[in-house]
Amino acid sequence: MVAIALLSIFGAETDEEPVLSGAWKLSLLSELPIGTTGVVESLDLPGEIQHHLMHMGFVPEARITVVRRAPAGDPTVYSIDGFEVALRRDTAKAIRVREYEGTNTR
Amino acid sequence: MSSCCSTETIELPSEPRLPGRIRHVALVGPPNSGKSTLFNRLTGLRQKVANYPGVTVEQRVGRLNGIGLPDLTLIDLPGIYGLDSYSEDARVAVNVLHGEMPGTPTPDAILLVLDSLHLRRQLMLAAPVLALGLPTLVLLNMSDLMDARGGHIDTLALAKELGVPVAKISATRGAGLDSITHFLNRKAEPDASPSLTKIELPVVGNARSYRQWAHGISTRTKYKAPVSNQATKRIDGILLHRIWGPLVFLAVVFAVFQVVFAIGQPLSDGFGNLLNGAGDRVAPLLGHGWLESLAIDGVWRGVASVLVFLPQILLLFLFIGVLEDSGYLARAALIADRVMRSIGLNGKAFIPLLSAYACAVPAIMATRTIENKRDRFATILVAPFMTCSARLPIYMLMIAAFIPNKPLLGDFFGLRAAIMLSLYVLGFVAALATAWLLKSSILKASSAPFILELPQYRLPTVRSLSLRLVDRGRVFLRQAGTVILAVTLVLWILSHVPFHAALGESVIGRLGHFIEPVIRPLGFNWKIGIGLLTSVMAREVIVGTLGTLYGADPATQSLGLQAALRHDLTLGGAMALVVFFAFAMQCTSTIAIVRRETNSWRWPALQFAYMSVLAYLAALATNQIVLAFLH
Repeated sequence: MVAIALLSIFGAETDEEPVLSGAWKLSLLSELPIGTTGVVESLDLPGEIQHHLMHMGFVPEARITVVRRAPAGDPTVYSIDGFEVALRRDTAKAIRVREYEGTNTR
Repeated sequence: MSSCCSTETIELPSEPRLPGRIRHVALVGPPNSGKSTLFNRLTGLRQKVANYPGVTVEQRVGRLNGIGLPDLTLIDLPGIYGLDSYSEDARVAVNVLHGEMPGTPTPDAILLVLDSLHLRRQLMLAAPVLALGLPTLVLLNMSDLMDARGGHIDTLALAKELGVPVAKISATRGAGLDSITHFLNRKAEPDASPSLTKIELPVVGNARSYRQWAHGISTRTKYKAPVSNQATKRIDGILLHRIWGPLVFLAVVFAVFQVVFAIGQPLSDGFGNLLNGAGDRVAPLLGHGWLESLAIDGVWRGVASVLVFLPQILLLFLFIGVLEDSGYLARAALIADRVMRSIGLNGKAFIPLLSAYACAVPAIMATRTIENKRDRFATILVAPFMTCSARLPIYMLMIAAFIPNKPLLGDFFGLRAAIMLSLYVLGFVAALATAWLLKSSILKASSAPFILELPQYRLPTVRSLSLRLVDRGRVFLRQAGTVILAVTLVLWILSHVPFHAALGESVIGRLGHFIEPVIRPLGFNWKIGIGLLTSVMAREVIVGTLGTLYGADPATQSLGLQAALRHDLTLGGAMALVVFFAFAMQCTSTIAIVRRETNSWRWPALQFAYMSVLAYLAALATNQIVLAFLH
């Protein structure tokens, strides 16, 4: 437990990538900054996992908001259809999103 | 997967294909929607419940005694997102629904439990479930919270949309349950008037059309989600904060140990005095012959020496209960994911590992929520390293007997609590190291995804916490009254055969002396050796064994167990003993459950051998190190 606490404080990864301006930008879910909302374009994951995620609501046209990152910088908590789900960056990378216009307030 | 079939629909009659009597009812719903809480309400049983997804991993059958329908059976199922299986627990639910689970009746009616705080998404499950064509009642659970937090839904409109009855309930408070009685009574009559409404369901198996369908319905039924996320978001702002999050995590862990010692120890001591007092009062009634020796020195000393730890075990379970019921456990898994990933495990493995602090058996069953089979096996194999509550008695006994009660960080954290904490850390590190070994050798696999739903925080109810404590207390007392009682009885007899022989010359003494050379280097004497043998049944048995053996020895008979141990063991031997228990797999129930979950004797045999060798070597090292320091 001590190890976990230490690693999650000091082993933190930096992630925030530079935000480009412009409406309706295509990007990966993992690249969205905290507080922004994206609209799902497509998923590209192994069959069963993709299936599972889609039944949790990760389907095209669903809106996803980035809520917060875990203390270590990964996984990230996303909000979709009013509930919160945590995904690792590896998984979020496989979800393509349109950045939602007007809500990029970071 | 971007553009395809949107609202193709198929039509289904809303009434069941089989208009017979209902006998078996299944509880179906997404994870953490409150099915087991409702199950407990309706059956009067005590299925485990907590606030995180994936608590129930197996079907459970009970009679509907709670609402006066004892002819009907209710089947509790693991939570599912859809009817396509993904993890082991979801597969169980789907198999039962399709009548493909041997030993479990095929349900002929469904109670669909949905969390009304997240209805928009939870409704997605209604599509495949209604398509099964069984009589269904939709239950909007936690509706008290929805109403209190400003949510709203038109249930009549929802019932029309779905073509089945809908009721608002609260499983925690037991509100609205009469709707279930009505539903089952009405459907149980063979000639209940069939309604002629036809409903439209989306294409089976297509998540996207399910979602559109669910959203359409929630809009048409004027569903307004409650504004409840704010409190949870604020709490997460601290508990998942970059720096505060892990610190709070550590503070909670420290506090648990300090309380278990600072408050639990006096309680246990008081309880112990009470038990010994009772023994002393009964003793004169038995005369001074062999009967007194058997009843008091043998059985009572043995059983009481274990019973003493009841207050501390209950305190520990109170803490675990608060963590599980509040929703913090899922956050702990999130914080731990990075560490888990660096050793090759899924962050989800953290939830079973944390619950292994109570007991490894349910923890090993809880691994069914881990989708990847190799990840799951690795978690099963390391779970017994986590410090379960059965280790608490021997830890407490040895620490109280050998470690002085010195404050370390003021009064907040003492030396005893520190030693205890380091034993817990030792087990955890052994689990992680073993997992890493396994994942980089025989159980190598590509990293599985981490998909974890975070439940909203909830205040644990006094009712659910006290039920947990009562259940736990019962298990502990039953163990003391059966296994430990039997072992102490047999030990007493073996230590008095042949008659009038000294303890060392008795059957048990000879056996002990026979194995002593093997354990001498660890700093153990022959009595401890006997304890190691008996504790293969369950870890706490060693304390009962020591209580009986020291009670039967004239040299230590008049001393308390702690004093007798100090008289007989070195500090090195005492510390070696607790280290041995940190690593060894002394629990027949765990061995049995590993055999069941892995479906082979190979894994539990490997596990037992590995853990025993590790325990022996670590105890040897501990004893030698302490000896070197003291001289």
